Amino acid sequence: MAASPETHGGCRRAQMPHLSKMERVVVSMQDPDQGVKMRSQRLLITVIPHAVTGSDVVEWLIQKLCISEEEALHLGALLVRHGYLYALRDPRPALQLDQTLYRFQTPYFWTSTLWPAAELDYAIYLAKKNIRQQGALGGHEKEHYDQLHRRINHAWDLVVMQAREQLRAAKQRRKGDRLVIACQEQTYWLVNRPPPGVPSVLEQGPERGSCIARRVQMTKNADFYKQEIECCTKALGRIRVKSSVCLEAYLKFSSQHGPHDPIMSGCLPSNPWITDDDTYWAMNAPNVAVPTRPRVERWGFSFRELLEDPVGRAHFMDFLRKEFSAENLSFWEACEELRHGGQAQIPALVDSVYQQFLAPGAARWVNIDSRTMERTLEGLRQPHRYVLDDAQLHIYMLMKKDSYPRFLKSDMYRGLLAEARTLPETKRRVFPFMWKPRLSSPSPALPPASASVEPAATAGGPGAADGEA
Amino acid sequence: MATDGLHENETLATLKSEAESLKGKLEEERAKLHDVELHQVAERVEALGQFVMKTRRTLKGHGNKVLCMDWCKDKRRIVSSSQDGKVIVWDSFTTNKEHAVTMPCTWVMACAYAPSGCAIACGGLDNKCSVYPLTFDKNESMAAKKKSVAMHTNYLSACSFTNSDMQILTASGDGTCALWDVESGQLLQSFHGHGADVLCLDLAPSETGNTFVSGGCDKKSMVWDMRSGQCVQAFETHESDVNSVRYYPSGDAFASGSDDATCRLYDLRADREVAIYSKESIIFGASSVDFSLSGRLLFAGYNDYTINVWDVLKGARVSILFGHENRVSTLRVSPDGTAFCSGSWDHTLRVWA
Repeated sequence: MAASPETHGGCRRAQMPHLSKMERVVVSMQDPDQGVKMRSQRLLITVIPHAVTGSDVVEWLIQKLCISEEEALHLGALLVRHGYLYALRDPRPALQLDQTLYRFQTPYFWTSTLWPAAELDYAIYLAKKNIRQQGALGGHEKEHYDQLHRRINHAWDLVVMQAREQLRAAKQRRKGDRLVIACQEQTYWLVNRPPPGVPSVLEQGPERGSCIARRVQMTKNADFYKQEIECCTKALGRIRVKSSVCLEAYLKFSSQHGPHDPIMSGCLPSNPWITDDDTYWAMNAPNVAVPTRPRVERWGFSFRELLEDPVGRAHFMDFLRKEFSAENLSFWEACEELRHGGQAQIPALVDSVYQQFLAPGAARWVNIDSRTMERTLEGLRQPHRYVLDDAQLHIYMLMKKDSYPRFLKSDMYRGLLAEARTLPETKRRVFPFMWKPRLSSPSPALPPASASVEPAATAGGPGAADGEA
Repeated sequence: MATDGLHENETLATLKSEAESLKGKLEEERAKLHDVELHQVAERVEALGQFVMKTRRTLKGHGNKVLCMDWCKDKRRIVSSSQDGKVIVWDSFTTNKEHAVTMPCTWVMACAYAPSGCAIACGGLDNKCSVYPLTFDKNESMAAKKKSVAMHTNYLSACSFTNSDMQILTASGDGTCALWDVESGQLLQSFHGHGADVLCLDLAPSETGNTFVSGGCDKKSMVWDMRSGQCVQAFETHESDVNSVRYYPSGDAFASGSDDATCRLYDLRADREVAIYSKESIIFGASSVDFSLSGRLLFAGYNDYTINVWDVLKGARVSILFGHENRVSTLRVSPDGTAFCSGSWDHTLRVWA
């Protein structure tokens, strides 16, 4: 790593904006007027000032941040886990609501101040523990101590000397202060060198290189700014729509789709995840014979919704056949296949589309305006994935503006609505003690030949079921 | 000309200031048409009632942090990937594991299910995106048919199939996004413009289906034209890395989640940010966002182990969901909107309904 520990630490700290936010909360909590009520803790003959109870902290969070007790406890636990609060007695990961007293960590030992933790400091800390009480180091701390001893063996005399010096200096202080400093240090190391089984709160995942200019394309060079300028200039030229118009559209969309949103409005007969009954999925299978009424209604919401539903699309195709314009939809489908197909298939697909739909006298000739047709035929000389985009858009808009509205007004559509499957609104029936086996469904990845495999009840016993009745 | 160092620096400085002043002008233009706030318009809408969502399934099986997941179009299968290189395909309704493969790299941060349901794509610290056809043949290991599709110069952060199994869109720590042909591995288009790692992407559900949005460590969200490779719109209002972007179901807007502990909504026609979802008590970054089917609810997973549910229109938080024991790294609503799945560093995935 070419970067010095300081810049490296600076970069990582920038990736942790939550630390400064937690620090602001903690500083607020210590405000003499608006903060948490401070008490003194008595430990044998020593008195430790500026302590707070867990319940006072939680109460303060509830009031100040307008949150529930559950959320306040959760946030309190996070503050403790990040080392901003510590219990004087024994270290605990959560915030107890009893009379356990906590203190606020000194800013010197805040993670954001002293990051990353230095190996040498850790060695000195462990050495102090070892010297203070032989055999005090156990478990992972003993392991770390031995490892460090091996790794920085050459500097070990320095480590021991530092440790002794710090212990000597500490003896000069009052017993209360000595205790507090020891707790502060211990808290710091619990955060930076957590024991096994405790996930490190400082882990951030793979490093994001936002502040290290590593590669040419990431450097803020002339090209980068030129591109920004180009992007901005184009953006300045675009047509914008008034906010009121845009926001009204959300209201309309949400109110139209709200009743069709299972999480918002439930679904009939029931949500499979809640009742373990997958009838809802069977009734709404992609190519079901009789679609449900809500589904048929959705075809009326937008042309896109109609096309995206295979059953809807099939009925629309039938309608177009009656109007002798089915080639439009077939053409559109062929264009989609081209756009989303493999690179190698492009020449063949383009040719096939041309022969079927665009060539003069073609069997399923599509009616495109002459200008678009000219442009398209010109482009076909050098076929590429997007060569039919203009023609496709033209036909799409034709169907959307013309055929689609007629479809919605047609007898065929009205008939589909009337015949659609409806379910009566019944109260959700709950069988709390009846265990339903969860049927498996064949994976889409199974080849069609072996789809004859019977779906078996594969839940494997009540113990395996992790859902809630 | 570039050999004259002073000249080059001057040009760089002028370019930078020109870019800054244009950005300022752009903000002014955007503000001119902003005649009302979303929450004002939403006053007419009924408030949402008591919200109860619970964990309905817990998927245990990953031995390490779950980093990413995606739903299959069949509404019940999912693929998930983790730090130790394991990629698992589950039938989350029965909680059975159906396929598992171990990647040769760690931190598999991206995974995606193919539209046909017959393949999955994944990648991470190997800088690649690989496609694995799903096979039930006991004699064949999944790794045997693995196809290396995308090659970046830094980690893969996100990947998604387009409308078919034959094209993949990727985002990378090398600051670019790219579109690939699966069969040949050919690069079809690359997208340059982010000034730092790209962390997420989402394809637009629009009718003419040719754009996608990406978010990165440069705090920007950018909308791209897949055909030309050009950036068509850019938004820079977050104060930190943009971890997740997701389109509103109508395709006219998108939401983003960031390390600055806020989620924001950007309208594409108004060309501006129209809502911020934040609360003083929410301190940790949002890692992953997704909308309910009607777009009324926004689910966001956070690094403080919780999931917050937002009323998109009114801007208020509707509910907070506890359960995970470490940060929530990924969250997706199921294709039919009956549930959403969250993956966490606590090694588990949960399906909520």
